[in-house]
Amino acid sequence: MTDQELARVANEVRRGIVTGVHAAKAGHPGGSLSIADILTYLYFEDMNVDPADPRKADRDRLVLSKGHAAPALYSVLASRGFFPVEELETLRHIGSRLQGHPNMNDTPGVDMSTGSLGQGISAAVGMALAAKHWHEGWRTYAVLGDGEIQEGQVWEAAMFAGNQRLDNLCLVVDHNRLQIDGSNEEVNSPMPIADKFRAFKFNVIEVADGNDMAQVREAFQAARAHKGEPTCIVAETIKGKGVSFMEDQVGWHGKAPDDEQYAQAMAELEAAGKEL
Amino acid sequence: MFTLAKDRSQKGKELRVVMVESIEAAMDADDRVVALEADLGGASKFTNIQKSHPERFVQCGIAEADMVGIAAGLSVEGFRPFTHTFGPFATRRCFDQIFLSGAYAHNTLNIYGSDPGFCVGTNGGTHTTWEDMALMRSIPGAVVCDPADETQLRWIVSEFAATEGIHYIRANRKDVRNVYEPGSTFQMGKGNLLVQGSDVLLVACGQLVSEALDAAEALAEQGVSCSVIDMFCVKPLDEELLLSEAAGKKLVVTFENHGVIGGLGDACAAVLAESGCGVRLIRHGVKERFGQVGTPAWLQKDFHLTAEDLVNTVKEGLA
Repeated sequence: MTDQELARVANEVRRGIVTGVHAAKAGHPGGSLSIADILTYLYFEDMNVDPADPRKADRDRLVLSKGHAAPALYSVLASRGFFPVEELETLRHIGSRLQGHPNMNDTPGVDMSTGSLGQGISAAVGMALAAKHWHEGWRTYAVLGDGEIQEGQVWEAAMFAGNQRLDNLCLVVDHNRLQIDGSNEEVNSPMPIADKFRAFKFNVIEVADGNDMAQVREAFQAARAHKGEPTCIVAETIKGKGVSFMEDQVGWHGKAPDDEQYAQAMAELEAAGKEL
Repeated sequence: MFTLAKDRSQKGKELRVVMVESIEAAMDADDRVVALEADLGGASKFTNIQKSHPERFVQCGIAEADMVGIAAGLSVEGFRPFTHTFGPFATRRCFDQIFLSGAYAHNTLNIYGSDPGFCVGTNGGTHTTWEDMALMRSIPGAVVCDPADETQLRWIVSEFAATEGIHYIRANRKDVRNVYEPGSTFQMGKGNLLVQGSDVLLVACGQLVSEALDAAEALAEQGVSCSVIDMFCVKPLDEELLLSEAAGKKLVVTFENHGVIGGLGDACAAVLAESGCGVRLIRHGVKERFGQVGTPAWLQKDFHLTAEDLVNTVKEGLA
């Protein structure tokens, strides 16, 4: 797919995120919208996956370590055909397959249950280790939040992955600079992120605009080609990207839009879609 | 079927050696079995596994939470991981990882926590766990075992390796007295009635089963007839055996190298109370104390976990 085609899909994914969070009357739109482009690129272009066979042995795996961005993962999986897009409206509903945080045993296409921050990366390391053990070529991705990397377990896992030279592992840090209680700087700055991962023996790729499909593509292609070290893609993104009143607003980390806000958000995304 | 040891004074092999041999046997039988360490491979002898099965040994370093997470990721991909570190670090230190990345995600983790309770010796309070079984029992679906001796430990490891789920096994690293003849087999979730008596029921687990048998002999000489159950599988608990043996007794005493909160005693208390059987229970274990420095033998005395302490509890309970 071309960058423009992927951008169109990402725009639809954003509509699914907003729809889900609005229907749930809860959830995390900000950090979901910020990674919509990255997840779209991975599931539609980079990763070997088959919606008809979600657990196929040689698929590439993705662990959403920042599990609260589940609305983004669900929307991408639905758009990719793992389950009906209409199901996004059941997000966080009783009896739904779409819990507030990803559950691998409920939702087709989810490779690991996550939600307690810092844990997903270790599981991803274990999965990458399994592929190395079997000399299998599939890759494992782990998507982390910039607030999440305040968790000590992230650095335990990073130290191990770097030392083991797990070049089939690719981390993504969604650097939207905001977390629940304020900016990263105000809460507990994880900066400099790229230098930290370099020090942990990662190949680090910095993406100046992680919401730009061409830059996203370039980064993941370079990551796939890199051998001998795991890669960490540090992507500068905008929290709430695509919805004007949510963009770069810490208050939209974990809040659902009301009906009026929902209508405005969907109208904005529809207009953006037409421009694409 | 199990057979009681002919000579209960004899000790078996060091349990850490038995653990390593058992895991190696499981690895030979099933190439999905892997072993993970958190830099205590010298203490556990897991370094032997590193030598015998290097391709299926993962040295995680001093990072217990990450070790459990890696084990969970390996389980996602079909492996059957065994992790080791000292009891408190195997459970308390990484409980959320066991709970979520392990149990909640339906993964398989075989967790070996070594040197529980007084076995810790002079490492002292920081390395002592009186609450590992309480933590692990609280996890939905988890299996929690405290083996009485070498033979039982060997059997438990082979069972754990053959089944999916969250499995916890605690054991002294050193040798303990034999309770069973080699080759004895057991049933997960079933207690073993070792002695049948009429006055008192003693329910023990772990290496304290030997002490409970000593206590029963001492009490018999003083005219008190005891049943003794080895409740090696603390979860799921053999409620049927507990209730059938408690029936008609004057007293039930549980006996564990663990705190009274959340361990064998609490597990039995819930069953006895909910049954309405009305038999009095005393939970003999550690009450509201942290660990401290001492030799294992000294600690066992200081924490009142000897056969003599159990005899005294029974006599006080009957008085």
